[in-house]
Amino acid sequence: MSRYSTASSSASLNRRGFLAATGALTLASTLSACGGGDSGGSSATSAKPVSQADIDKAMKTPTELTFWTWVPNIAQEVALFEKKYPAIKVKVVNAGQGTPQYTKLRTALKAGSGAPDMVQIEYQAIPTFTITNSLLDLRPYGASALKSRFVDWTWGQVSGSKGEVWAIPQDTGPMGMLYRKDIFDKHGIQVPTTWDEFAAAARRLHKSDPDVYLTNLAANQAAAWHGLLWQAGAKPYVTSGKSDIAISVDDAISRKLGAYWGGLAKEGVIGVDPDFTDSWYAGLNKGKYATWLTAAWGPAFLSGSAKSTAGKWRAAPLPQWDAAKPSSGNWGGSTTAVIRSTKNPIAAARFAQFLNSDPASAKMFATEQFFFPATKAVLADAEFVGDAPSFYGGQKVNQVFADVSSTVNPSFQWPPFLDQVATDWTETVGKSLAGKSDTVRALGAWQTRLTTYAKSQGFTVKTS
Amino acid sequence: MMTATAAASPKGQRRDGPTRPGRGGTRRRRSAGPLFIAPFMALFLLLFLAPLGYAAYLSLFQEKLIGGSTFVGLDNYVTALKDPLFLKGIGRVALFFLIQVPVMLLLALFFALALDSGLLRLARVIRLGIFVPYAVPSVIATLMWGYLYGPDFGPFAQISRHLHLPAPHFLSDSWMLGSLANIVTWEFVGYNMIILYAALRTIPAELYEAAAMDGAGAWRIAWSIKLPALRPALTLTLLFSVIGSFQLFNEPKLLMSVAPDVISSSYTANLYAYSVAFISQQTNYAATVSFILGLVIVIVSYAFLLTANRRRTS
Repeated sequence: MSRYSTASSSASLNRRGFLAATGALTLASTLSACGGGDSGGSSATSAKPVSQADIDKAMKTPTELTFWTWVPNIAQEVALFEKKYPAIKVKVVNAGQGTPQYTKLRTALKAGSGAPDMVQIEYQAIPTFTITNSLLDLRPYGASALKSRFVDWTWGQVSGSKGEVWAIPQDTGPMGMLYRKDIFDKHGIQVPTTWDEFAAAARRLHKSDPDVYLTNLAANQAAAWHGLLWQAGAKPYVTSGKSDIAISVDDAISRKLGAYWGGLAKEGVIGVDPDFTDSWYAGLNKGKYATWLTAAWGPAFLSGSAKSTAGKWRAAPLPQWDAAKPSSGNWGGSTTAVIRSTKNPIAAARFAQFLNSDPASAKMFATEQFFFPATKAVLADAEFVGDAPSFYGGQKVNQVFADVSSTVNPSFQWPPFLDQVATDWTETVGKSLAGKSDTVRALGAWQTRLTTYAKSQGFTVKTS
Repeated sequence: MMTATAAASPKGQRRDGPTRPGRGGTRRRRSAGPLFIAPFMALFLLLFLAPLGYAAYLSLFQEKLIGGSTFVGLDNYVTALKDPLFLKGIGRVALFFLIQVPVMLLLALFFALALDSGLLRLARVIRLGIFVPYAVPSVIATLMWGYLYGPDFGPFAQISRHLHLPAPHFLSDSWMLGSLANIVTWEFVGYNMIILYAALRTIPAELYEAAAMDGAGAWRIAWSIKLPALRPALTLTLLFSVIGSFQLFNEPKLLMSVAPDVISSSYTANLYAYSVAFISQQTNYAATVSFILGLVIVIVSYAFLLTANRRRTS
């Protein structure tokens, strides 16, 4: 639910489907051209708080809202909202997961019709929609009051530069390490706590069994790389104002990461297979990789897709660059946002807030969909953190990741053109990992590509 | 040459024959004709010409994330014609076309002739067997081949490891185009075979009888009767192949997930158009790229038709 991967998505397009899609897009843009394009003008609406009387009135007026989401069985959570506000009906539509949904959303937004009222959106995708003025600032509808209920760093992810609240957090993906205890024991490897220990263990393990790699850093997974950058304290994209962006994916921290991972890949002591492919699943099942550096949604995901290895896995925090100051990054997780064009902003905004902050609804996400919670309440819930699945040998895995969650750096920012960033990463840095060539040099190529792209899109680019 | 012209003229006469009917017939047809083609024309206009025209219009603009849309005239075309990623994509599909299409059509021709010869046992089963891959959607076919090509757990790799041979790198940079060609060939040999086979079935048996009386053997009949008769069908399959090759999209798009370091977002020209539109958000430039790609296909197709026609009439 929570991972993002631009490469593996939208795979089912055939030639005809593609032509139809571009046809629809062109038709859509025609319509928007006729409409006169008022999307820019309406953005000036200032964030005046809506009175409680207006809210009460709106919540009692019969309304139908449309909600695009790919979360399975989310009708259960939606039912809680409808029970509390019987006048409001929410139509749940699955428009695809991640990128395919965003593509449809962009098309609908350009067309000026067909966009939903509320939408599931991942943290990293928020800036790509705020840059086009597509999201509604939720502050006037009481969103600011919810700040303290959510994990601190998630609020930073959904907030704009002027304090706007663009979305309400739903689930998160603080990163940790899942490892095969049996393989570690067999080769006498201690759980690495620093990246130095991790590198030494990688060399040792591969030497004693050439069929096994300590881990696999997928050469197509820009999201994992960004999580590791995040952990290391990098600030690759800093936007200030609307058109200024500082891109530094080739700075000292990035180069440290490039030299480290590129070095291990070049030595051939870690795997670089593309992830979420048949071959990768087989590798996890057959013990090709002794660890998976993943996010908090990983444990539930793994127990479903590597059933044959039940009982052999354990969880630990990520190895650290500085063991005295433990930190982590985030990979995945999503939010609920409201589309600016909604005709029922109050009801839509209240829905987004209720769905993710109502205690019963938030708890349900953790227990029914196995989402890793974004609210402090569920993160501290004894039932949640006390869960000890047998797949992890009875270890309290949620507790491990709950502890990690508090170490996530709150100031990481995403660029307003993430798809481009991810694709360019795969074609430069990812390619260097897979091809065992110079990863540090590839960082420079990535930087150049992004700078060129950003300039061509009208941004003022600063490099540090 | 003589036989070709001789065969062409009676055909022409035959075509003229029925179009010269009595007066009443003509009038009735004239009034009904437009009605019959109206649904097609309406859809053609709405779903083909209008989007095409709009794409041409779009390609004259440039929209930026910051600053909105501006009219740039033919700037996008100038950029595209100098764009190394786009040109490389076109070059790659041209190479693909030059190698894959002859192999595929020769195989299809071989199977069609073999089936038509009547010498094969279980001809129906074989015919169906060769055609079945076409019934498999190309998305599924590519996923299947992607698994077969797998360097770790794919059967080819496992077999070679079992025999202590180095595993073949089907998904590496140097093999990829060949691996793609293999998938496309596997998918379309049966389809092309059916077209050629159907054309062979229309040859009147008297021609074979006459040839046999003149003492022609099976090879001679194939060379002097069957192949010339197949020419229009071959032209048709070739035309389909030109269009298919230059639009190559499904197969590389799907193999991208198993070989992201080899297949880039600009691997084929069509894939590049898609990436520009949906990854880089440059709809206008994508329209330009698609338009030029369409032009390339029209030019190549037209060149083929022209040479095929010239050969037939000369």
